[in-house]
Amino acid sequence: MKDIGIVSYGAHIPRFRLKTGDIARAWGKDPEGMASGLGIIEKSVPSADQDVATISVEAARAALDRCNINPQDIGAIYVGSESHPYAVKPTGTIVGEAIGATPLLMVADYEFACKAGTAAIQTCISMVKSNMIKYGLAIGADTSQAAPGDALEYAASAGGAAFIIGKENIIATINETCSFTTDTPDFWRRAGRKYPAHGGRFTGGPAYFKHIMSNAKNLMDLVKTKPEDYDYAIFHQPNGKFPVKVAKMLGFTYDQIKQGLLSPYVGNTYSGATMIGLASVLDVVKPGDRIFLTSYGSGAGSDAFDITVTNKIKDMDRKKAPLLSELIENKEYIDYAAYAKYRDLLYLE
Amino acid sequence: MVEGVARFWREIPQRYNLIGNECGSCGRVYFPPREPCPFCRRKSLGKMKELKLKGTGTVLTYTIIHSAPHNFEGQAPYPVAIVKLDEGPRVTAQIVDCDVNDVKIGMKVQSTFRKIQQDGNIGAIYYGYKFKPLRNKK
Amino acid sequence: MRDVAVIGVGVTKFGELWDRSFRQLIAEAGAKAILDSGISGGDIDAMYIGSMSSGRFVGQEHIGALVADASGFSHLHIPATRVEGACASGGLAVRQGYLSIASGVNDVVVVGGIEKMNDVSGEAASETLATAADQEWESFFGVTFPGLYALMARRHMYEYGTTKKQLAEVAVKNHSNGALNPNAQYQRPIKLETAMNATMVADPLGLFDCSPVTDGSASIVLCAADKAKKFTDKAIKIIGSGQGSDTLALHARDNLCTLEATVYAAKKAYKQANVKPSDIDVAEVHDCFTIAEIIAIEDLGFVKKGEGGKAIENKITTLDGELPVNTSGGLKAKGHPVGATGVAQIVEIVEQLRGTADKRQVKNAKVGLAHNVGGSGATAVVHILEAM
Repeated sequence: MKDIGIVSYGAHIPRFRLKTGDIARAWGKDPEGMASGLGIIEKSVPSADQDVATISVEAARAALDRCNINPQDIGAIYVGSESHPYAVKPTGTIVGEAIGATPLLMVADYEFACKAGTAAIQTCISMVKSNMIKYGLAIGADTSQAAPGDALEYAASAGGAAFIIGKENIIATINETCSFTTDTPDFWRRAGRKYPAHGGRFTGGPAYFKHIMSNAKNLMDLVKTKPEDYDYAIFHQPNGKFPVKVAKMLGFTYDQIKQGLLSPYVGNTYSGATMIGLASVLDVVKPGDRIFLTSYGSGAGSDAFDITVTNKIKDMDRKKAPLLSELIENKEYIDYAAYAKYRDLLYLE
Repeated sequence: MVEGVARFWREIPQRYNLIGNECGSCGRVYFPPREPCPFCRRKSLGKMKELKLKGTGTVLTYTIIHSAPHNFEGQAPYPVAIVKLDEGPRVTAQIVDCDVNDVKIGMKVQSTFRKIQQDGNIGAIYYGYKFKPLRNKK
Repeated sequence: MRDVAVIGVGVTKFGELWDRSFRQLIAEAGAKAILDSGISGGDIDAMYIGSMSSGRFVGQEHIGALVADASGFSHLHIPATRVEGACASGGLAVRQGYLSIASGVNDVVVVGGIEKMNDVSGEAASETLATAADQEWESFFGVTFPGLYALMARRHMYEYGTTKKQLAEVAVKNHSNGALNPNAQYQRPIKLETAMNATMVADPLGLFDCSPVTDGSASIVLCAADKAKKFTDKAIKIIGSGQGSDTLALHARDNLCTLEATVYAAKKAYKQANVKPSDIDVAEVHDCFTIAEIIAIEDLGFVKKGEGGKAIENKITTLDGELPVNTSGGLKAKGHPVGATGVAQIVEIVEQLRGTADKRQVKNAKVGLAHNVGGSGATAVVHILEAM
């Protein structure tokens, strides 16, 4: 797939931050112990007026700010999330209207736990490749929910990124993609329920590690590469420890994954996680850089991508929209009480 | 029973994208759009052109709402300002992404897309514009 | 155009009146005014009723007919019309009644104003008051009605140096006057510190900068001036009547510190009455919020633009000042049953010009002015009265 790739990208992370230590204190746990055990210092929290639609629109508008395409030329929008504002009424329609891409537009919303966004990228690639559309917009965003006091509460955060896929003026080619999918019930949320449930330690070996390891190896076999051929690697990051471990198991170094590892600073943005990791890497790449991305979504599956940065990256003024470093630093701390209020943890009649 | 949605759906181009219009006769810009131009009146009939405003502007005055209406309770205290958009029209909107005490007359702001209200937990969600401090693009 | 006089006035107590219904209140005020005027039912040519939102407060529209009925006049089939202009509904009803006599169509008209605000929750009352603002472009975005006046106050402070202390002085003055008004909602003076340190509502306006939620009704009887002697020797002439409008949304106005609708209405009234602002001896102005009184005395020409705050500070508008403003206690202390306010202001001016304002009497009051505003200034109506 030589001439199909990323035309532009954008990301958004809400400003509020809640420290891991403050969550631990609320539940009588050891603040320092939790933070170091998880490898997460703080997580992003959406304000009362932010949701997956608003985050997706910010990310999509940022992507448009960085390129010159006419939004009317976007032929499809797919938004992946596990916290769409409506269970029925696609976030994609709201985004489409807000960026001026309607009405000649194909839209659907995606769900595949934390890899719904990368699935959207795969769909856009195929639609561009088959000449069904000129540009496709793939978004992964979440304002993930976690049951109060549950282990997931320390990481479940908010954020997202948008990628415009096309054939013209691409800043990075997507050389190859592959997926590895099985029916593995490691983490789920039943219909109509507010919080997800999970299988505890089962979410490690048989789930995250098996799928990422298998899929990563399959991709490298497909494109005949080795870890050292890549300048950057991004892995799904439910906490600050798993991606470091899986990188090592596969033969990647910490230096390769550093730029794309954001969960220590903003938590796990679920469908946004590998997406904002990729955006963070794109913020700093030079022509010729090669990127390896493997996402993971519970349920379970993994999408992997082999990406090469083109010369066209030099023509893009990346500062036209906020870089991830800027989004991470633009923050305001809140306490657990404010968090409980914003995340609707307090029961109001 | 959910409230009627047509009233809110109709304003989407204005609330999502700041679509106003410009008088083909005198060049004045209006938001929300209007026909005819109040100054040119019949001379402007058929000459009003749709215009998407940039969203950048300046705070003319502001207040901090402490006693919030029922759909905004969880957000109080929040700042609301009259913003003069660069093209001329003025709007009333919340200021977000900064400390309540940082809002000042003369502050430069840019529009952003946020949830304005929702019709309870069953009705529709209404999105629209709020304003955040202008980002320096350097 | 004929001259018109006020020949009878009546008000109910203003306050949280749990025992009194909408119908009872308007009937009470009407009966008092009719008794005071010397007319009988058969003399009434028409009724005009001001009420901002009877529909949202008591679920009742069609109140022109309801009021004629509740007053016991349905068998006379009198034309009865409801007039609405948000908080200026009462003043507009007065003007409609006045115009119908001045034009020669009617001889005797009863005007009433009524609002029954406590039959709904405080939150519902606030939401209803917010319908006076621009629903699509102001209220929808969460500004609130006090928020609009707070936006004006902040700009007024920025342009003219008006202070929070000056705002508080308006509240102190009006409570001090209200304490002398047996019909006022609040009849106790307040301390400056209380007003300055009150709970914030919309910065810089606190609880004591805002008029309350009130039940109440007021009524006046208007009569062609040349027929007034038939009924009473206490007639007070309306020598000027003016009305103006402006953009509904505050943000669309050219000037955030001036209500051009007031300026326009006042100019028309002064011209018709052939008087200047300095000729006014006593005034009831629309102090829905303290800042509104400061802006009003500027827009009515009593002081220069920007000097309203200083005027309060220099005690020019106290009961024994150069130009007493809101001797009734104003909307702040007397209460603000929205539709009734504009009519109640006329009642106070008439009492002052008759010399029957008791402890609130301004010495030698010969010419009085009443000023009623709708919303954040989209409607304004001014009446000037003189003893006959």
